[in-house]
Order: sequence, then C-alpha cells, then structure tokens
Amino acid sequence: MPLIAEVFPVEKDDFVTAGEASAKIKRTLKKLGVDSALLRRISVCSYEVELNLVIHSLGGTIDFQVTQDSVMLLVKDRGPGIANLELAMREGWSTAPESVRMMGFGAGMGLPNMKRNADEFDIKSEAGVGTEILMKFRLK
Amino acid sequence: MVIRRIAELLEAEVILGEDKLDMEVDMAFSSDMMSDVLAYVTGRTVLLTGLVNEHVIRTAEMVDLECIVFVRGKLPTQEIIDKAKENGMVLLATTHTLYCTSGILYSNGLTGIGRRK
Repeated sequence: MPLIAEVFPVEKDDFVTAGEASAKIKRTLKKLGVDSALLRRISVCSYEVELNLVIHSLGGTIDFQVTQDSVMLLVKDRGPGIANLELAMREGWSTAPESVRMMGFGAGMGLPNMKRNADEFDIKSEAGVGTEILMKFRLK
Repeated sequence: MVIRRIAELLEAEVILGEDKLDMEVDMAFSSDMMSDVLAYVTGRTVLLTGLVNEHVIRTAEMVDLECIVFVRGKLPTQEIIDKAKENGMVLLATTHTLYCTSGILYSNGLTGIGRRK
C-alpha cells in the first residue's frame, strides 16, 4: 500500500499552470523529510515530464506514489506518441516549436535528463496512440 | 561568494531579497534555456539569465536555486517577483550582457559548473 497516492491531470498547452503539479509533489516530499539531493532529482524529473505533457502531448496524467522505500512517477498521455524514440532520447534533439523555445524550453534535454536523474526509467511509446513513462526513485 | 559581493561587482539593482544578501553561492550558471538549467544545475548556484518569465522562477524552485541575476537590463514583472518571494529567492538586475556578467564574476573568483560527464 502506498503511503501517498495522487493523480495530477496535465493539459496540453497549459503554460500558465505548468509546473504546479511538480511544485506540489516537491512540497509533499519535503514535508516527508526526503534528502535534498534526492528531492532535487525527483523534482527535475517531475517538472521535465510535466512540461513534456504540456508541450508535446494531447494531455495526460502524472500518477505520484510514495511507499516506504520508493517514490514513483507514472506518466500517461492521450497521444500523439513519439515517432522515433531513439532520436527523442538523444540530447539536443527536439521537436518543440519556436514559441516554446522562446519560453526557455525545448532544448532537447528533457527525456535524457529524466533518464539520468531517475533510479529506474522506462518509456513506451506508440505513434498515433500515446506515451507512457515510469520513473522510480529509491528512498533508502 | 556572498550575494552582496555579486550585486556590487555587477552594479546590480536588488529587486528582491535585501535581507538575504549575505547568503553564499559556490558557482554560477549562465543560460537563457531553462531546459539546460534543469540539466546542469547542482549545488548552491546563482543563475545568470536574460530570460524573464514565470518559468524561470518555477525552474529555479525545482533545482533549489536561491539567487537569479537578470541581465541586459531586463526587469521582471510584479507577478514574477511575487512568485520568487513565495520561494524566498533573491533577484538582482544588471545592465551588463550575459557574457560580461559571467566574465566579471568569473574573473573575481566565482567558478562555473564543471563539464558534465
């Protein structure tokens, strides 16, 4: 049984509230006394994935769960799926439009950065269907 | 380096956090890309940037950045300042460019983040 379980919906193109789910996740984990270096890694991953949902997806959810020994972020979207996952995992490769770059994002660092910061990282994607990302962090 | 020294060297305006100027930072990171801030920043770092929007504050919050220097004379809106205040941040503004801001601080002993492996 998870100690904490919460699902955050994230909508496409909603740049105004982008990051609010991650800010809540960070506050929750801080209250639980999670070590600051680990907290930073989790926050970077949740914020990157939340921004990806806003920028690239048709909308989706972040399922946040905390157990005695781990933190899990399970992210699912409603599409459109990633055409070339190998390219998407490459640093510097991005399909973000210029408008997103003007806001300071879309440098092609998101997915590789999540992979580097999570203790476990798994991504599944099907073009025309959607993407699912699972990230786990060990608390002990 | 204490933030007060950074403000002096850059002849910067203190927009927020006058009471936190004695806080120490160990490194600086210069970028207008928040994606890169998320990928590089660790430790007690000051962010030097010419990007002024609310995502800068949100990004800083995620990586525990406590001091931001806006360069090229860019000034944040009240909304941005309020958001930074909620997070207990220090905001400075200088008319120097990003290159010169970085150079002034580096030549006075504030190092950068090392190359990523």
